[in-house]
Amino acid sequence: MLKILKYSFFDLMRSRWSYVYFAFYLLLGIVLLFLNNDLSKAVITLMNVIIVLVPLIGTIFGVMYYYNSKEFTELLLAQPLKRSSIFLGQYLGVAISLSMSLILGLGIPFIAYGLFKSNAIWDFSLLLITGIFLTLIFTALAFNIALSNENKIRGFAYAILLWLFLAIIYDGIFLMSLILFEDYPLDKLSLIGTMLNPIDLSRTLILLKLDISALLGYTGAVFKKFFGTNLGLIISFIMLSLWVILPVLRITFKSKKKDF
Amino acid sequence: MNNFIQHIILFFSIVYCCSIYSQTINVCKDCPISSLKEAIAIAKDFDTILVKKGTYKEYNIIVDKPLIIIGKNYPVIDGELKGEIITVISDNVTVDGLFIINVGTSYTEDYAAIRIRKSKNFVVQNLVLEKLFFGIYLEKSRNGKVFHNKIIGEAIEEYNSGNGIQLWYCKNIEIEHNFVQHVRDGIYLEFSDDCLIKNNVSAENLRYGLHFMFSNNDIYQDNTFEKNGAGVAVMFSKKIKMLNNTFKENWGTASYGMLLKEINDAEILGNTFEENTIGINIEGSNRIVYKNNNFINNGWAIKVRGACYNNSFVENNFLYNSFDISYNSKVNDNVFDRNYWTNYTGYDLDKDGIGDVPYRPVKLFSYIVNRTPETIILLRSLFIDLIDFSEKVSPVFTPDNLLDNNPLIKRITW
Repeated sequence: MLKILKYSFFDLMRSRWSYVYFAFYLLLGIVLLFLNNDLSKAVITLMNVIIVLVPLIGTIFGVMYYYNSKEFTELLLAQPLKRSSIFLGQYLGVAISLSMSLILGLGIPFIAYGLFKSNAIWDFSLLLITGIFLTLIFTALAFNIALSNENKIRGFAYAILLWLFLAIIYDGIFLMSLILFEDYPLDKLSLIGTMLNPIDLSRTLILLKLDISALLGYTGAVFKKFFGTNLGLIISFIMLSLWVILPVLRITFKSKKKDF
Repeated sequence: MNNFIQHIILFFSIVYCCSIYSQTINVCKDCPISSLKEAIAIAKDFDTILVKKGTYKEYNIIVDKPLIIIGKNYPVIDGELKGEIITVISDNVTVDGLFIINVGTSYTEDYAAIRIRKSKNFVVQNLVLEKLFFGIYLEKSRNGKVFHNKIIGEAIEEYNSGNGIQLWYCKNIEIEHNFVQHVRDGIYLEFSDDCLIKNNVSAENLRYGLHFMFSNNDIYQDNTFEKNGAGVAVMFSKKIKMLNNTFKENWGTASYGMLLKEINDAEILGNTFEENTIGINIEGSNRIVYKNNNFINNGWAIKVRGACYNNSFVENNFLYNSFDISYNSKVNDNVFDRNYWTNYTGYDLDKDGIGDVPYRPVKLFSYIVNRTPETIILLRSLFIDLIDFSEKVSPVFTPDNLLDNNPLIKRITW
């Protein structure tokens, strides 16, 4: 698996897209810092960007890579190699190279700007951790979609739909259902609703940092316990890990059964 | 000759003690007078009682003549939880430098560490109060000064704890440089007019840092109110001035930087509201001027509940609040002008420092959160940004005349 991971990783490191992605984050970081002059404010803006963009790029890139390297995958399959190690190797190769671009692209301008001396360092590391989780989750989901769809166009369509659903439509439905059932106690429902969507989950993590004063304005013991203590942080991270593990398990499961 | 000198000394001492000058009575453990009560009993008007360092187990000390009571090196007056410790019922009394602990708790009477009753021209200063029920209780008194006291309570429940500094039917009192912590209400004013509350710190109290009821023409300035259970409440009062205060980190469901209820003709200038759940909560308050205030990182900078007319919000900074303004009705009679809003996204083509597009401080989402509080969890979601944007373009649910027509491009400094 490690060999395949290494191969995928270096393959991607050489590809143009990784550089574009890296350059994009580098530019974003530099411009934000240049315009804001304030590390913590820039971190806040970046958080908003990351929870939308990272999933999009993760899905598209994952699907693209799978379809592009399909011939090579078929070649590998002819070798005496475990199927799970082939696909997991490829998946990790993509996810790690994307995370690398994210970390380096954002890290370099922030470090150059004096991150280690400021108190925004925890917010910034939370930002990077969230970004990495989102990359891992959405690349895994993309591989799932690609494995289940032979048709390229259909695979891409599903990938974009998935992103659109989780990033926007889900929140719309969520909001409507909360308003619809406003006569009932909703605090548990709203927390569960958040857990079921990795983008919402990452957003909540960020809210815990930024808008804690507003969140505590709502009367509800469950809410208060969740947001007022470290419980929220711990549960969010457990859920994010589950969101990585489950799709990855499905990749191994699906890849074992699939005919090529 | 010797006899003559003795006569002179005698003569002068009589003149000193009984006419213009007063005498000093020392109180210490080994002195002839070893308790404050004894000292007060033998003292004459305008005498000075000097209490030396030591522990004096006394309560129900009644000061019924004009005296100056000074503690040297903070002598401890221990009430042993038996009741009220010092009660002043005379005019012109000064109490200075005592360490008063263990005030009795009662459900029927408000025992205080020091109570000033129907007195004029008093000074209460440099006291340290600990383990108290009520701290400094001023009752129907006027022209007094409460200066540089430190009050540290251990309040846990609201129903069996008292207030730090309480004023009831008082007039012309100056409360300055006090430090109040862990009591029910830090500073409480009821029916007290023309008072000045300045440079105090009131923090971590169970209920309010400052509580104002039916008190008119008061000024409070340069105070800090921090981490109080419910922030600061100002209710049913007229013509109050609030200047340069700091309201910080008052978090909770019913917690406000400042709660205004039935306040008319007040001036709120130069205050800082930072990291509160709600910066200012306004209800039934009219003709108030809000100018040069900073609202930083609050959940809601200003929440307007209703029946608020003719208020003006001019030249304030609204920085990084989750919600700038929240309204629960569609009617607006308040003016917002020349404020700086970090959430403003307009442009300034003519470069006069004023944005060319008006700013709408009320978002649709704040209206939704008012209706269904649980939706707060969707804060900063892309979907919410989208509906906020569409509401901004054509307001349906929010008051359409609620605009800042001259939003500033740069943060205001003063």
